[in-house]
Formats: sequence, structure tokens, C-alpha cells
Amino acid sequence: MIDFDEVAVEDVSRHFGRRRAVSRVSFSARAGTILGLLGPNGAGKSTLLALLGTLLRPSQGRIRFGDVNVEEEGAAVRARIGVLGHDLFLYPELTALENLAFFAALYGIADAQSAARSALDRAGLADRADDVVSSLSRGMRQRVALERALIQGPRLVLLDEPFTGLDDRSGAALLERLDGLRREGAAVVVATHDLDLAEGLLDEAVFLRDGRVVESLARPEGLRAAYRAVMTRPATPIARPSTGPS
Amino acid sequence: MSSKNDSRPHFEETIVNHSNADITLPAWFVPAAVVCGLMFVVSPVLIANTPYEATMGLVQKIFYYHLPSAFMFLLGGIVCGIASARYLATRNPHHDRVAWAAAELIVLFGVLTLVTGPLWARKSWGVWWTWDVRLTSSLVSWLLAVSYLLVRRYGGPGSDRLAAALALFGMANVPFIYISVNFWRTIHPLTTVVPTLPSSFGVPTWFCITAFLLLFVLLLRMRVRLEAQRARLDAMYLSLDE
Amino acid sequence: MNFARIAWLILRKDLTVEVRSGEVAFTTLLFAVSCVLVFAFAFVREGIPPQGAAPAVLWIAVMFAGTLALGRTFDRERQSETLRALLLAPAGRPAVYTGKLLGIVVLLAGLELLLVPLVAFLFQEPLLAHPFWLGAILLAGTIGFSSVGTLFAAMLVRARSRDMLLPVLLYPISVPVIIASVHGTDALLQDHLEVGVLRFWVVLLLCFDVVFVTLALWTFEALMTE
Repeated sequence: MIDFDEVAVEDVSRHFGRRRAVSRVSFSARAGTILGLLGPNGAGKSTLLALLGTLLRPSQGRIRFGDVNVEEEGAAVRARIGVLGHDLFLYPELTALENLAFFAALYGIADAQSAARSALDRAGLADRADDVVSSLSRGMRQRVALERALIQGPRLVLLDEPFTGLDDRSGAALLERLDGLRREGAAVVVATHDLDLAEGLLDEAVFLRDGRVVESLARPEGLRAAYRAVMTRPATPIARPSTGPS
Repeated sequence: MSSKNDSRPHFEETIVNHSNADITLPAWFVPAAVVCGLMFVVSPVLIANTPYEATMGLVQKIFYYHLPSAFMFLLGGIVCGIASARYLATRNPHHDRVAWAAAELIVLFGVLTLVTGPLWARKSWGVWWTWDVRLTSSLVSWLLAVSYLLVRRYGGPGSDRLAAALALFGMANVPFIYISVNFWRTIHPLTTVVPTLPSSFGVPTWFCITAFLLLFVLLLRMRVRLEAQRARLDAMYLSLDE
Repeated sequence: MNFARIAWLILRKDLTVEVRSGEVAFTTLLFAVSCVLVFAFAFVREGIPPQGAAPAVLWIAVMFAGTLALGRTFDRERQSETLRALLLAPAGRPAVYTGKLLGIVVLLAGLELLLVPLVAFLFQEPLLAHPFWLGAILLAGTIGFSSVGTLFAAMLVRARSRDMLLPVLLYPISVPVIIASVHGTDALLQDHLEVGVLRFWVVLLLCFDVVFVTLALWTFEALMTE
């Protein structure tokens, strides 16, 4: 099983036709830290997460997973990455236990059933193991989805807007879980625009706008104020033709 | 650690580097175009002077355009298939442009083939369509090329890869199409006579083949250039924000 | 991770989901039956069905229903982005393809089990006279059609004109499958069974299957990476 201590995004750009999604972004996610990608919608957070998860290839630049050669060891790298997407990645017709067992087996875990049960225990949903996912509340589905993302013990954890639709209690539980991951030595990257919850959680904050990094702070405090200050900085004027691309 | 503010352009590098070769027309282009035009102007004269074919008379002369069209139709298929395979392997946009241009030429020469064929058939035996093996197989392959163009036009993001897969599958499919149509026809034999090709190709035939081949190459090159210019334009739009 | 294990996992998951919801199975079955009925109303004159119509009707219904099933199956994967989850896993992409392919083949095989007796009944043809040959043609033809269909449907998951483009891409490529399947089935219905003809069509279908499944396995990885 390969391992890496650091995931380095080096001068990465990604465009789709004429639209630049991400432009010359560089940062580093280290094991045992939580990094936040902050910014408005359309800033490129989801694209960056897709790039980190090796679903997309950069148009320019590269993403380095420690010393591992991603080209050759793609599958091995993917085995060490856990993703909690915006759409949860759960089969609604299967039960919570079946979902977890399926993905556990897919990631090569030897005893998938017991791994799934332990994961459900961790999520506090052991009593709902045999309920189909579509019958669970949003918060419960989120917890199952998080366990699905973590079931293989990933080194890099990517979360896309994980606090959406969560009530206070679930949000606090998620924060605790992420803190636990940090202590276990995982590198966690969270994309969010929920600054209040991210307050106090992040070891590093990368502020994104229009696909670019506008600022990056270590040990950020007073996230709201920092965000406002960073985002209201005047942007460099962009000369757009009057009949620009749609 | 903010983004680097290099004056060196970022996005366009790859796009510009890949499109440079395609955008500048080679030196031989214009002379070749002139030669090609002249050949086409001369060809009717040449064809008119060929000996009358005994059984079919004047109509047989359509063969001199039908055969080269069919050859270019086939050539387009081969070029498209190979370019698509290379594109899938290397992701070099040049191959993608060649594949797209070749697909359009398949449709173009396919139309010529599928129109001249039935014209010949109609005059020869009074029927427009006889489910002849070659014509039927050509029709199916032509439909494949049309579907390729539909994918490129309406497929959205990722349609370049999908179209490349389609072209590859299409190329692999050609022998199957031919064999299945052939066997289907032979178990229901035709009552009419299928036209035979002349045993040797005379000067007019080679002349027309050369003219069509030149036309094929010229159109391909021009179309590739158009796509390269579009890519360059994309790069320019991308660089606006730098 | 084992290729066969992953393909089996995905197949089992697809079948479980399908059994629970039944959405794709029931709707495609109803669609196929309606298809057959329309053809019956169109072709049966004075209570007598035309000679040789049955194989065509059967395979057209299978293809139309198959296209629908392919579209719906992958649409479901798109809703919770679970196809993404499959691609994020370390599972080899060819294994994912194979698992999905087998799921579609099983679904269509189930459909054919119900359609064949229906067509035989409505069109008064002895389709079930030679079950071994019929089974061979059905299986080989279905695999051929599904091999290309699964690949295209997977690629079209996020395309805008997905519903329109899938048939546009699939039917021209499937022409040899259609010709071979229909005429193979037709050869079955003759009074004297021409084994030579049957063997030709079945072998052609099997070659098609081998070539196109191989091509799909080769290209699936390259096609799913953006």
C-alpha cells in the first residue's frame, strides 16, 4: 500500500473549452492538517477537489502525491483517497449496511461486512443498518456518506460542502470527526462557504475567486473578517470584448 | 503563496504549440489547388473521349466519378479511424482535428458515391436501389459518419473522446457490415445483373482518381486549419483574464 | 484487486438495486410488449401474420427496449453521482465496464425470456422449436448490442442530448448484429433446419462480441478520464 505525507498542487490550471475553471493554483495539503478551500460559488473549489481526487487531469501544472508517480500508480493512489461529494455517492435503493459493504469490498477490504458494521457504529447508526438510504434523513445520509468515504482509511480526505443541510448537532458531530481524522494523520481538504463552522477547524485557509488563489492564511482566526477583507479586494480589471464568449 | 503573476502565458502554451503547425498552410497548398482545379475542368473532356462501353452506353461514364468518390470515401474512413486511435492514445489535439475533418469528408464523398451509384443503377436496370453489397455497406458506414458529426455537434463536453471511440468502433465494424450484408444478399440471390468493374484501369480512371485524391488532401488540410484557428481563438479568450 | 471479483460485485449490486426498485425492468418490459403489439396490429392482416415478420419484430423490440434500459440504468448512476464513486475507487476500469455490461445482459436476457413466447404466440411462429440455437443467437446478439451500448451510455452520462444521441450512435454500429440476429432467427423457423446458415450467423455474432468487448475493455479507461 503506497503512502504519502503531502499532496502538492503545483501551478495547476484547468479549462473547459473557453472557460477557465482553475488558474495557476498552488498549495500543499500535509498529513495531520485540515486545509480549507473557501470562496463563492464558481470559484473553482469543486474543480480543485476533482483534480485532487484524480478524476480530472490538469490542463497545466501537476499534482504531486508525495513521491508517487500518479501516471503509473493511479489505482494505488485512488485507494488512499476518500471523497465526500456534494451528491453523497450512495445508492438510494440499497440499505446503509449494503452501501458500506459494497464500497468496502470495492476498496479491497478483506471482511467487508464487519468493516461496514464498525463504520455504522462509528456513525451512531447501527440501529438503522437495514434501512434503505432513501428513507434516511439528510443528516443521517451524510453520516453514512462520510463513513463510506473513510471506510478504507484514506490518507487524503476530500469534502465538498459537507456542512450543507446539516443541523447544529450533526454539524458539531462532523467537526469532531474531522478533528479526529486530523489526529489520526490524514490530510483533509474541505471546500466550503460555511465560514462559521469552519472557524477554529482549519489549519490553513486558501481563498479562491474566479479560479485563482487570492490569499492563503495559516492558522486563520476571524475567518469572516478575513474572508470579507480578501474578497472585497478590487480585482484587476479584465478587458472583455463586448461580444464575449457565453 | 498567491498565484504566480508570470508574464509568460499559461493556458495558451499547449494550445498554441499544438495548433501552430496546423495553422500555417504549407507551400504546396496553392499550387496543388490550382492543379486540382485544372484537372477537374479537364476531366469531362477526357471522359467524353473514352470509348463507348458496349452494354451500358453513355451512363457508364458516371463510373469515372463514382469510383474515385468511393475510394475517397474509404480513404476518409481509414484516416478517421487511425487519427481517432492516435488521439485516444496521445490526446494530441492535432489528431482530433484530422479525425473530425476526415469524418466530414466521409460524409461528403459518401453522398457523391451514394448519389452516383443509384444514378448508374437506374439507367442501367431501371431500379434506383438494388441492395447491392457495396452500396448497402457504404450506406451503413455513411450513417456512422453522420452520427460521428452529430456527436461532435451535440455531444457537449467530452464529445471529442466519445467521437474518437465511435470512429474506432466504426472502423472495426466495416468488415462485419460487409460480411453480414454480403451473406444476407447471397442467400437471397439477385435476379438482376450486378455491374462489373473494368478489368484494367485506363488513363481517365487514374486521372480522376488523382484529381479526387488531390481534392481530398486539400479539403482535409483546410478543415484542419479551421479547427486549429478555433483552438487558437479559444486560447486567446482564455488568456484574456491573465 | 481481482478483475472478476470487482465485476461480480458491481453485477450483484446492480441486480440488487434493480430487484428492489424494479423501475427499469418493468418499464422496459412494458415498452417491449407495446412495441410487439404495435407491430402485430400493423402487420397482421385478416388474422394472418406475414411470413418472416416474427424475427424482425422480436429483435426490434429487444433493441428499442435495450436502448431504453441502457439510458435509464446510467441515468440512475448519474443521480447520486455513483458512477463517479465507482471511478474514484481503485477498481480497474475494465472491471467496472464488465460488471455493468453483465448487468445489462442479464436484464435483457430476462426481457427476452418473456418476449420470445409472446412473439411466438402473436405471430404464430415456432420460435421455440430449436431452443439451443435460439439461445445461442439471443445470447450472442444481446452481448454484441450491449457491449457497444454500455460503453456509449457510460460516456453519455453527462452529455446534454443523452437520450437522443444514444440511439443515434448505437443503431448504425449494431447493424451487423441486427442482420445476423434476425436472419439467424429466421433460419431457425424454416422447415428444414439449415445448420450451415445458422452456424455462420452465430459465429459472426460471436466474432463481433469478441472484437467489440475487447475494444471496449481497451478504450474504457482512456474514455472515462477527462
